[in-house]
Amino acid sequence: MDALPVVLTIITASTPLLLAATGELVTEKAGVLNLGVEGMMLVGAIAAFATAVSTGSGLLAILVGAFSGVAVAAIFAILTLTFLANQVATGLALTIFGVGLSALIGSSFVGISLEPLPQLNVEFLSTIPILGELLFGHDVLVYLSFIMILLAGYFLSKTRPGLILRAVGESHDSAHALGYSVLTVRYLAVLFGGFMSGLAGSYLSLVYTPLWAENMTAGRGWIALALVVFGTWRAGRIAFGAYLFGAITILQLHVQGWGINIASQFMTMLPYIATVVVLVLISQDRTKIKMNAPQSIGKAFRPAK
Amino acid sequence: MSQIFQFFPKFVLEPRLEVSGKWVILSPIIAIILTLFSGVIIFSLLGKDPFLALYTFFVQPLTTMFGITELLVKATPLVLIGVGLAIGFKANVWNIGAEGQFTMGAVFGGGTALLCQHTESILVLPLVLVLGTLGGLFWGAIPAFLKTRFNANEILTSLMLSYVAVLCLSYLVHGPWRDPAGFNFPESQIFSDYAMLPILIENSRLNLGTMFAILVVLVAWILMTRTIIGFQLRVVGLAPTAAQYAGFKQSGLIWLSFLISGGLAGLAGIAEVSGTIGQLLPSVSPGYGFTAIIVAFLGRLHPVGVLFAGLIMALSYIGGENAQIEIGLPAAVTGLFQGILLFFLLACDVLVRYRLSHRSVLASERRE
Repeated sequence: MDALPVVLTIITASTPLLLAATGELVTEKAGVLNLGVEGMMLVGAIAAFATAVSTGSGLLAILVGAFSGVAVAAIFAILTLTFLANQVATGLALTIFGVGLSALIGSSFVGISLEPLPQLNVEFLSTIPILGELLFGHDVLVYLSFIMILLAGYFLSKTRPGLILRAVGESHDSAHALGYSVLTVRYLAVLFGGFMSGLAGSYLSLVYTPLWAENMTAGRGWIALALVVFGTWRAGRIAFGAYLFGAITILQLHVQGWGINIASQFMTMLPYIATVVVLVLISQDRTKIKMNAPQSIGKAFRPAK
Repeated sequence: MSQIFQFFPKFVLEPRLEVSGKWVILSPIIAIILTLFSGVIIFSLLGKDPFLALYTFFVQPLTTMFGITELLVKATPLVLIGVGLAIGFKANVWNIGAEGQFTMGAVFGGGTALLCQHTESILVLPLVLVLGTLGGLFWGAIPAFLKTRFNANEILTSLMLSYVAVLCLSYLVHGPWRDPAGFNFPESQIFSDYAMLPILIENSRLNLGTMFAILVVLVAWILMTRTIIGFQLRVVGLAPTAAQYAGFKQSGLIWLSFLISGGLAGLAGIAEVSGTIGQLLPSVSPGYGFTAIIVAFLGRLHPVGVLFAGLIMALSYIGGENAQIEIGLPAAVTGLFQGILLFFLLACDVLVRYRLSHRSVLASERRE
């Protein structure tokens, strides 16, 4: 069997997970738990799709998708950071809201299909056998997902603003006492998370399945959240996790081709069961989670004065 | 830069010494009013007469007897699940997989009903109900086990298991449990009368399940206010450290929360299929498990509050259906309303724990 097409489909299945998980990594590192990834992705997906259908511009669609993610993330930020609302409850609300809003906007876009984003064809480079097809000839979001996780990893571990962001996530009281604005850092981190979730949603509706269907994210936002835990808040491991899950998702498409006769429902279950399994494996080591999780995660910050 | 995100620099939120009872009640009322205002804006944007739309959505369904029985039918699963979730949420145990536990209740109970299709005994119904409840309980026990034994985040595991449960049901009605005489539709046989919950009012779908919901509210109320278990659950939620010092076992409360909420979601699931639907379908819930999360919060995590909140959210379901038929609003408006309501509620809830003070007032108080 030719392995190359399989690898290429794994890349498309992994990209939305990687994009969303990158955003959530930065958000959580700043000490905010945003469970609304699924909702933000859905809003990004429909916004990008609607833009692509009405303007025909892929680039504009991506931008609108990403900034729609920012817009709904802003609601979450105002509620949890300014109004000190419970982050878990607000994240759930964001998902319920995102499902409803995207379904409402999407009701007039059901059944329309779209030309997928153009591939980035570098003349003759992408005609090199195997390597050329593997490295070149993807759409722009695939490359962006790699760039963003690299940048996020570098930003968090090697730069001064990244250090401040981590300080805010580890101990907001100390960071505040040192004179850093906890509120500003967290707002920006949440909005960045929204941006990346919006991109992830755009990828789903523009490239992965270029059409709109209600709830088309099918739990990918939640899997992205699990990936951050799976990667113990480290960029490299999160990227590995995203590709692992991409591969599991793709597995279901190929198993029947290999002549194994299993009901499709059981294959569709695989990514969800795999998520539970990896969560169990990684969380078992309590000290490892404790050492890596941002200490202030999920806690509301209220300046003393 | 640091001032950008301080929207109200003149005001600060000051923690209250104790939870404001007044705001506990006022907050949901204000949130509902604000949601209705948003409704006016949304309906106008959709090009509908906002007041006609509001009437069709929230008033018209209640003008007929059938509408009122349907309200109770829809409120029943929401209240049953909501009461269970509220107990867990109070103890900071986040079961958000009620949709899956509901589905598993339908699968286990419905499977029993199909198995007893030719058994003519009054014992079939109790057996169906018990197994349905156990199905939900079992599905809720998995995240509790994974949390207490392996420290796995219960939010993520319970949600992932919801997808698994729904796919299980889909497999069963497409495969082994499909009605052979059903023209290949993915549906089970219709249950025998011995497996069905009795109808309470002629020509309606109102069934005994609604009585279960009322009974559960009463029992939960007593549990939370009059027993040591209820006390422990409340203390863990309010002051986890104090609970630790008092020697309350965290893992015991996680188990308890998940078993209660899972069992009640399972009961809701089997009551839905053996009372309202009468057979197994690929989808047995229009998202009751998720809407019940809102019901729990709107009902102030209190069993009696959940009863009222369940009725309000049920109205949003039948209102949505009515508005779809009468004035062609997309069905998705219901979900949007539910999300907006929860947002407003969470925003208003800040005043339960904090009060708004003007900076200058606070400063002068300090000087005194």
